[in-house]
Amino acid sequence: MTPTSEAELGEMIASAKAPFEIIGGGTRQIGSTEGAPLHTSGLSGIRLYEPEALTLVAQAGTPLAEIESLLAENNQRLPFEPYDLRALQGTTGTPTIGGVVATNASGPRRIQAGACRDSLIGVRFVDGLGRIIKNGGRVMKNVTGYDLVKLLAGSHGTLGVLTEVSFKLLPAPQATATVLVQEAAATSAATMAKAMASPYDVSGAAHVGGVTALRVEGLEGSVAYRGKALASLLGGEVGLFDWVAQRDVQAFAGREGDVWRISVKPSDGPTTAEALRKLGAQDVVFDWAGGLLWMLAPKGTILRPAITAGHATLIRGEGQTFQPEPAPIATLSAALRQKFDPRALLNPKRMG
Amino acid sequence: MQMPKPNAEILARKAEIVARLRQVLPASAVIDDPFETKAYECDALSAYRCPPLAVVLPASTEETAAVLQACHSMGVPVVPRGSGTSLAGGALPTEDSVILGVARLTQVLETDYKNRFITVQAGRTNLSVTGAVETNGFFYAPDPSSQLACAIAGNIAMNSGGAHCLKYGVTTNNLLGVKMVTMGGEIIEIGGAHLDAAGYDLLGLICGSEGQLGVVTEATLRILAKPEGARPVLIGFDSNEVAGACVADIIRAGVLPVAIEFMDRPVIRAAEKFTHAGYPDVEALLIIEVEGSEAEIAEQLGKITKIARRHNPVELRESQSAEESANIWKGRKAAFGAMGQINDYMCLDGTIPVSKLPETLRGITALSKQYGLDVGNVFHAGDGNMHPLILYDANKPGDLEKCEDMGADILKLCVEVGGCLTGEHGVGVEKRELMHSQFGTDDLDIQMAVKDVFDPKWLLNPAKVFPLDASEGRRQ
Repeated sequence: MTPTSEAELGEMIASAKAPFEIIGGGTRQIGSTEGAPLHTSGLSGIRLYEPEALTLVAQAGTPLAEIESLLAENNQRLPFEPYDLRALQGTTGTPTIGGVVATNASGPRRIQAGACRDSLIGVRFVDGLGRIIKNGGRVMKNVTGYDLVKLLAGSHGTLGVLTEVSFKLLPAPQATATVLVQEAAATSAATMAKAMASPYDVSGAAHVGGVTALRVEGLEGSVAYRGKALASLLGGEVGLFDWVAQRDVQAFAGREGDVWRISVKPSDGPTTAEALRKLGAQDVVFDWAGGLLWMLAPKGTILRPAITAGHATLIRGEGQTFQPEPAPIATLSAALRQKFDPRALLNPKRMG
Repeated sequence: MQMPKPNAEILARKAEIVARLRQVLPASAVIDDPFETKAYECDALSAYRCPPLAVVLPASTEETAAVLQACHSMGVPVVPRGSGTSLAGGALPTEDSVILGVARLTQVLETDYKNRFITVQAGRTNLSVTGAVETNGFFYAPDPSSQLACAIAGNIAMNSGGAHCLKYGVTTNNLLGVKMVTMGGEIIEIGGAHLDAAGYDLLGLICGSEGQLGVVTEATLRILAKPEGARPVLIGFDSNEVAGACVADIIRAGVLPVAIEFMDRPVIRAAEKFTHAGYPDVEALLIIEVEGSEAEIAEQLGKITKIARRHNPVELRESQSAEESANIWKGRKAAFGAMGQINDYMCLDGTIPVSKLPETLRGITALSKQYGLDVGNVFHAGDGNMHPLILYDANKPGDLEKCEDMGADILKLCVEVGGCLTGEHGVGVEKRELMHSQFGTDDLDIQMAVKDVFDPKWLLNPAKVFPLDASEGRRQ
């Protein structure tokens, strides 16, 4: 089914007797699901773009590429650098902005500019009863009522079918520089912490294949200054680094095995990676100053016992996709889900 | 403004309720003397007052849990209170409620510079969070004007903003985790030193829920490395439209200052009279601040002043020293106090799309004429968060009501042009009945369903946020 309006979607869900699998571009397949395919591609188009207000409103099925190219023409961008999972998961299709929001897809710049949920300022969605709901709006400061915008971000289509999303934007930088430090993973967390504690406004801090990479962005003169200052602080050199490859974890594309995305306290990054290696993990890409680990492991490897604080999501592979949560949180989450989708129609097998 | 009728049965049981509170808390932590509870009869929205049944001041999460459990089992409503600086009446009691104050929860529990966070008890003041980390070169970014007094608990309840959130975001963007007690007395932990949630983003839901979902007793906050320096520039224009166009051009040019503040003539005059900051007598004044090293500041200010000059400013003053910077900010920071010297005032905080600025200011001027009350405008221009100050005379019968009606019309105007009722102060009781103008029945119902999950009996701060007619069935 491919509804072409919010009202049609509302009626479809209100009269439904069986569950739906909600599909944007089908490029972010995280967790299992069942039900009749419900495509959002009929709800497409940019509704409003005000560059001088740094705001954009788009229907959920709008291709991400359409948004990114319009923003690029105006020297602006989505702040949170959403990743593309196509290479990693071997999926085809057109990533949509709704899929980005539903998975809260946030790349290396998350440590400086926040996650998708931080840039998202408004949503419209249809809940499990077929009701059309709005929350937030198109202004960047808004505390009117409860913040369901955050709740919907990363809810993987289980609380409602997103129909429209609004964002605050950032100017695209005039210049970018990356400082590279050749070192082992064990010392990288300390290097990245030092960079993050500096006044140089680091917008990316990664470690992959024996190289720690620190990114600064902004006006030309400022970037030249901060790049040099950071290189001297860390004993590194300004050089080239592929931040798109880092964002999309291209290092694991086409390689056999399960892929995990793990969020921990940044200083725990290297020790967690070491513990996971002992459980069988083969390779690691660090991001978020050590706080995000992408791990490659042989199919079926059990990794969660080594995560004592934080959480792990199985992005590619068979098994329990989402981290089980402590009982009180799980109870609240289940009760919320019941309120938003009492008939369990929306992506019923996903998330817990 | 109406509050629900107090429950007579609870009022009649006062002695029994207070005795039970004294069983679960130390004697000094329970206040029921009417002279002492009077101190808690209002917050910074002082037009509305009502002493509570009793006040409790727990000194730990466990005491908070014990007192909430006791109130839950007795069916007594609880109103959480940070420092009582809410401008929306978020901490206004009802006669049959117990005020739960977090003022004794002020400890720093952990500072971690490697991972850039601090964990504090939630009664700690906003400014003292920065105070705890600044010698190590860090700061906590959200900076509401009341930061000297306001508590982190209240900041989380209202999702507080501040002048610098154009760059650094508001409370929700700087909050990593909370320890919270539900109305039933259950202690839960959400988030922590790692980023983002494993499942639903409950942290994002708690932040800004106005103390209706739980009582936050501890918070883990993101701290940031201090920039090398900061400098403001002051630009005066002879029209609001031109000032607004200048702001749009600056943002369009790809420069993102940390703050863009806007004041109109009534506020400029009051602030100048009060502080002698040296403000020019113009129609509109912008204060734009940028951060970085000396060279970076010069690069950004160079771009900004070049754009500003295209709009023929009446005055353009780049700060040359720390003293001058302080002076430029002095008038803005004292603006509310300065207006308060002239009159009683009501401060609104609706947000509008910045493109609708001239149109909204014209609408406010028309309303000012229609109601016969003067208005001054101060606001965060980069993000469209308005702060119209309506002047009235509290001693003149009917003036407060007239002011409230005019305030409601201004907020409806903000919603009509695509904005919202409140950008950073919260709904509280002040904007509760206006929620119908921004939200439909289903929009409100699903928000109230969230409260049903956390507080099924609707005992926690029940008469806030939602219009009384909408929440009536749930409040019993």
